[in-house]
Amino acid sequence: MCDSCGCNVTPGNQHLAYKPVKAGTSAVTVLKKLLAHNDDQAAHNRSHFDTRGILTINLMSSPGSGKTALLEATIDALKDEFRLAVIEGDLETENDAARIRARGVPAYQITTGSACHLDAHMVHEALHHLDLSEVDILFVENVGNLVCPASFDLGQHRNVTLLSVTEGDDKPAKYPVMFRAADVVVLSKIDLLAMLDDFDPARAEQCLRQLASTVPLLQLSARKGQGMTAWYDWLRNELAAQRARVLAGQTVKPYIQSDGLKLHTHAEVS
Amino acid sequence: MHELAVCQALVSQVVEIAQQNVAQGVAVITLRIGALSGVEPALLISAFPLAAAGTVAADAQLVIEPQPVRVHCQTCNADTEATPNRLLCGMCGDYHTQLISGDELLLANLELTTN
Repeated sequence: MCDSCGCNVTPGNQHLAYKPVKAGTSAVTVLKKLLAHNDDQAAHNRSHFDTRGILTINLMSSPGSGKTALLEATIDALKDEFRLAVIEGDLETENDAARIRARGVPAYQITTGSACHLDAHMVHEALHHLDLSEVDILFVENVGNLVCPASFDLGQHRNVTLLSVTEGDDKPAKYPVMFRAADVVVLSKIDLLAMLDDFDPARAEQCLRQLASTVPLLQLSARKGQGMTAWYDWLRNELAAQRARVLAGQTVKPYIQSDGLKLHTHAEVS
Repeated sequence: MHELAVCQALVSQVVEIAQQNVAQGVAVITLRIGALSGVEPALLISAFPLAAAGTVAADAQLVIEPQPVRVHCQTCNADTEATPNRLLCGMCGDYHTQLISGDELLLANLELTTN
């Protein structure tokens, strides 16, 4: 959409465009996403992935809900089937990247200092430290945080949000922006359910559905190997779908960022 | 607290537009923000002076137009109001809905001082 000729002025936003202003000032209609710069970089990252047929998965959750443990189990199960790589995001330390490398998979650690999320520029910088020609699935483990990471597109194709059973089962109601962004929700550490009398998986699912989310809810324990088959099958299906899209010259963003926008009155926004 | 990062992105967009329009200053910046954008208006307003200091937007008034959370029901076709953590159809209660408003994070318009 063009920002200079006025073709993005629609009946829905016209009142913004032609608001009378004081003498000596002029009004300019912009209607641009605030994070357009990040989104442009994310689109660039996505095209890097698509060119090489890579599926990129963004993992988000609270700190300590088992993102790295899920990756370790996934590497052990799938590293002979697919070529995997991981970008780790934390405020400090190389610890998580070291855990991944110990499993024989390349990993690059982004340390954000005090930043509470990864953005598309940080991920792009990290891509220069990985050999992308050797990768089928790239995992990006975001900073443990249920708030900020949801707002930044990194160029990933799918979002995975983890909820461990040691957290509250009402987390989706408390953090709707994060859980709405998920293409699949993983209920982790389910081997501990027997010891916890205050976490009800049905209530967690109810809170998720109240966000109008129809995505799969996978219950698993990475440490005990419970429920992992459904997760591996989800990854296999997503990689097959990504390869089909690449052949057709198409790409995909996480569900939340594309679907529904069609119905928005500001759908023409650049 | 990613609102500072959002503010920095906002200020760089505003500065660019002010330069394109050969403006001396920016009087008013109007944003449209929905409750499901993941950005808190009050934090944005407190972060704005930090991000705008020393730029053409330093003295600008930041106006935020909150956007209502509304959903379209795929089952009964109704458009109804909702709340951020209860995006069910207000008519039939179904959860097969799509958001039609409420996740906006938009720079809507600017008033530039042009003399």
